[in-house]
Amino acid sequence: MTHTLIIGGSVGGVRTAQALRAGGYGGRITIAEAETEAPYDKPPLSKGLLTGSAGPEDIRLLTPEQAEAADIDLRLGVRAAALDPQHRIASFDDGSSLGYDHLVIATGAAARRSPWGDRDGVRVVRSLADAAALRHDLTAGGALVVVGAGFIGAEVAATGRRLGLDVTMVDPQPLPMTRSLSADVAAAAMAMHEDAGVRCLMGVGVTGISGGPGHLAVALDDGTELKAATVVVGIGAVPNEGWLAGSGLTLDNGVVCDEYCRAVGAADIYAVGDVARWFDRARGRHVRAEHWTNAVDQAACAAHNILNPSDPRAYEPVEFVWSDQHDWKMQLVGDTSGLAATTLLGDATADRRFAALYADGRGGLRGAVVVNWPRVMVQCRKAMREGTSWDDIETGLRAIADTTARSEARP
Amino acid sequence: MAVIRADLGACQGYANCVVGADDYFDIDDDGIVVVLKAEVPDADRKRVEEAARSCPVSALKVTDA
Repeated sequence: MTHTLIIGGSVGGVRTAQALRAGGYGGRITIAEAETEAPYDKPPLSKGLLTGSAGPEDIRLLTPEQAEAADIDLRLGVRAAALDPQHRIASFDDGSSLGYDHLVIATGAAARRSPWGDRDGVRVVRSLADAAALRHDLTAGGALVVVGAGFIGAEVAATGRRLGLDVTMVDPQPLPMTRSLSADVAAAAMAMHEDAGVRCLMGVGVTGISGGPGHLAVALDDGTELKAATVVVGIGAVPNEGWLAGSGLTLDNGVVCDEYCRAVGAADIYAVGDVARWFDRARGRHVRAEHWTNAVDQAACAAHNILNPSDPRAYEPVEFVWSDQHDWKMQLVGDTSGLAATTLLGDATADRRFAALYADGRGGLRGAVVVNWPRVMVQCRKAMREGTSWDDIETGLRAIADTTARSEARP
Repeated sequence: MAVIRADLGACQGYANCVVGADDYFDIDDDGIVVVLKAEVPDADRKRVEEAARSCPVSALKVTDA
């Protein structure tokens, strides 16, 4: 019987296993996860898990019972230590090892460590344990300083306000979420955070953190110092690839893969999710993404390619990201970076709903940011996938915008 | 034959299902899923199941009728 070994109980790992079974895979499937927790979903860690609206059992991706029902051997608390691709053996830190016919690397990424030292009361948000510890600190009250205004930082800041805390967000960039958002939308997002009571200190770097839980001090490069009960550091993530160091696989800030999610030079090894750097045909280069949808879509692709070796499918995603901050449910499709959107529909301040559309310069849509407007988002995602012309997209969306405006004007 | 069950309370309007199978799912102005056809013939089942599995909050299930 063939054996697919999945290293990592991340959403990518779990979805690969489920897609294999759904596709009729009759071999053995093993998921080996370093944590002792049954696999869980990560997006709620910076939101519902912190406010307490969700608990650990609400975010399980695969319970031991579900694993058994799907004939998936779920091994918890086993950390992969090394890989021998030639002999097809993965070994673990408890001294055990497993052979495989197909290997799926789904070890995810870890929060980038604070360069200002490990210190009690300084938190990251990456695991269930991280979220539980942070919730404990936040519910004790006191000021919260969030270092890093990316998606995770901005979500934690919003959650802090929801819990009634005094919140300051600091980032050396001039605006929040600049890796993903164009400057005009980032400015609107910052205004939204400030409206909600978050103090945004942008264009300011952190030079050091001192003190302990409940009495921390964050020193800034403009000479000021912020007092905080809790500090959260959200400054990015690094792929969990250290265990592959001696394997001979090509590593370059992620496991380097071809367009089929296969590790280069190893036809029987796949990588999915945050740890994978795959060749994206559309961009003509290797790309690593840290998004839920990316992991889920790569899992489906890897499972298909394991099941259909003679008919492999290339991974050609339309990037899709969401983030919930205050009363904004923000969804991004495609490439939404740059200085400004080509077209804006709706109004961020007046009706708390808008869409920012980006032309690709070749008569099509490059990307869209949509806030609180699901019907428009659906059209944008379809348009991106189907390559609809810019004129058709704009006309269609203006019609939706008019209909929405009319229905709201009705008494 | 299978049937779609939607948990409207869980739905958060991500619309992954609509992108996966827009002949079975739509989304209303409040961002809640609308199941256009609850009954799924076997020929469509795999595609509809994939769309349902793409839900970030597991609000959709496809089960035997």
